[in-house]
Amino acid sequence: MSENVDTTLAPRTTRPPASPISRLFESKQLGWIALAIALLIPLLIATPYSLNVMTTAAIFVLLASGLNIVVGYCGLLDLGYIAFMAVGAYTAGIIAKAFDLPLIFTIPAVIIMTVLAGLIIGAPTLRLRSDYLAIVTLGFGEITRITANNLSITGGPSGIFGIPGLLKIGDFDLQEPAVFYYVTVLVVAAFVLAAARLGKSRLGRAWRFVREDEDAAEAMGIHTYKVKLMAYIFGAVWGGFGGILFAAHLSAVSPQSFVFLQSALVLMAVVLGGMGNMRGVVIGALVISLLPELLRDLSTYRYLVFGLLLVVVMVFRPQGFWPARGYEPERMGDVSDRRLAKGTVR
Amino acid sequence: MTVVLEVKNLQIAFGGVKAVDGLSFSVDAKEIIAVIGPNGAGKTSAFNCITGFYKPSSGAVLLYGQNITGKRPADIAAAGVSRTFQNLRLFPDLTVLDNVRAGMHLYGGQNWLDAILHTPRFKRSEAAYTEEAHHWLDFVGYSGARGVPIRNLSYGQQKHVEIARALARKSGLLLLDEPAAGLNYTEKRDLLDLCQRIRELGTAIVLIEHDMGLVMELSERIVVMNFGKEIADGTPAEVKANPAVIEAYLGKDDDEEVSARGDA
Ligand SMILES: Nc1ncnc2c1ncn2[C@@H]1O[C@H](COP(=O)(O)OP(=O)(O)OP(=O)(O)O)[C@@H](O)[C@H]1O
Ligand SMILES: [Mg+2]
Repeated sequence: MSENVDTTLAPRTTRPPASPISRLFESKQLGWIALAIALLIPLLIATPYSLNVMTTAAIFVLLASGLNIVVGYCGLLDLGYIAFMAVGAYTAGIIAKAFDLPLIFTIPAVIIMTVLAGLIIGAPTLRLRSDYLAIVTLGFGEITRITANNLSITGGPSGIFGIPGLLKIGDFDLQEPAVFYYVTVLVVAAFVLAAARLGKSRLGRAWRFVREDEDAAEAMGIHTYKVKLMAYIFGAVWGGFGGILFAAHLSAVSPQSFVFLQSALVLMAVVLGGMGNMRGVVIGALVISLLPELLRDLSTYRYLVFGLLLVVVMVFRPQGFWPARGYEPERMGDVSDRRLAKGTVR
Repeated sequence: MTVVLEVKNLQIAFGGVKAVDGLSFSVDAKEIIAVIGPNGAGKTSAFNCITGFYKPSSGAVLLYGQNITGKRPADIAAAGVSRTFQNLRLFPDLTVLDNVRAGMHLYGGQNWLDAILHTPRFKRSEAAYTEEAHHWLDFVGYSGARGVPIRNLSYGQQKHVEIARALARKSGLLLLDEPAAGLNYTEKRDLLDLCQRIRELGTAIVLIEHDMGLVMELSERIVVMNFGKEIADGTPAEVKANPAVIEAYLGKDDDEEVSARGDA
């Protein structure tokens, strides 16, 4: 920067002061606090209805965290994300029912199938620009649902019923609603944590480099296709685990659960929460899944109110509630910090 | 002396425009070569052919004797070519440190499972990445904030970060596309010093530059291009005395000076 630059136009080089709310949001303990709240809530309200709603919301959080890898981290718009959940749910349901196995033993098969699905859907779309990508992923989502609707192995339009539970050891059944809620919360928490950690790793950075500037990423020696494919695969596996939990929760799977609206809702959770920021996305997912239930008293108007609220949020916070901000600590006691404090930085 | 880069009869055309039309030059280890020529001469296109962003229609690019012509940019980068772009190509939403870490992608040191489990290996490699990023920022003389998104920085600072990112690649060859554009006099002196320190690391530099003073002082050899053709290749003194160069480039001294100073 030359000396005669107007200082009022000089770019901001220090972090803006944090408001109390954002300090709370950014505190390291937030994840543990949220987990504690999720685990304590059933002690307050444990009606079958509330447990059902909260379990569904937790599964939705898992889906949003998976889609955040694809859309938020890597910048690949995916309008058919629910297809991965469908692959997971059907794989788990079909295998568990055919061999009368507890669902937990279908995990390896679900991982294999979702990785394959990630490759099959990912590979042909990687060369596409984002608007075409949106259309193609939308198509894949619909193809998956229509295929499930027409095959006999998937039970056609009525789907699969009477899927065995997750696991039963003696009298202890993971399928008991309160227990299942706890299992779901712990599994989802583990996946959210894993996705957040991935975001702050070498691979996570590579995803962001690709999102920000593909050519520059290539110039750094990053194989952009491989990195994008990894994003698809991780997103697919996250969706697949959502599918297992979904199949266990309802003990039934049918094509109507995987309509485009579901993909759109997951995407909305990611965008509303703040793309790329896992904490924001969790909040977005909770809002999207719980708000319609909380507005239940408004009966038929609830989706109208829901829609209006979303519009209001997007008008006032177009980046989402809590976007990824991209600050990190300076080096402690660094020359630049000291100089910055004295205001002698050029 | 080992030959780092050899460019042989490189050609590329866009529609009817022969952007690069028979360019040949070679770069030895620790050498600083300048590529000069009027606007639109094909300098950036030549860089893009060497680094794989454009597929040359004919000719060959050899790196340490190995043919890298037409390979994809990531493979060429991995083979040992590092570059900056004429119009800054940083990752605007990411922090200064993350931008420099981009140059270290090929160091490896961790995989996705390490990241999920936060293994000691992961923590060690992250610490090493951060330390290395600070090292290269110090090396280029960057003095601004490092934990903030790159979009908040001034142009000169961003140029520093881009060079730091390219240096973090630790490759034997560095291509700089107009590193001095938009810099003031002191910043240009700093750049000159920086290039010499980079050379001492054992890295050869090829730079495109319009500032003749800088080019004459810094480079061992100069390649001159005009309308895609290579019209001269020699020491600064030879190039200065070459009639073809004087006519094509130095002859039009005043408008070149303007464009060199003018835009970035
Ligand atoms: N991708 C492209 N598509 C079409 N034409 C191109 C492309 N890239 C370069 N050209 C053309 O090739 C010619 C050489 O351009 P190039 O950018 O290589 O020049 P340069 O020597 O770098 O000029 P400058 O000093 O202005 O940066 C120009 O006529 C330009 O319009
Ligand atoms: Mg150029």
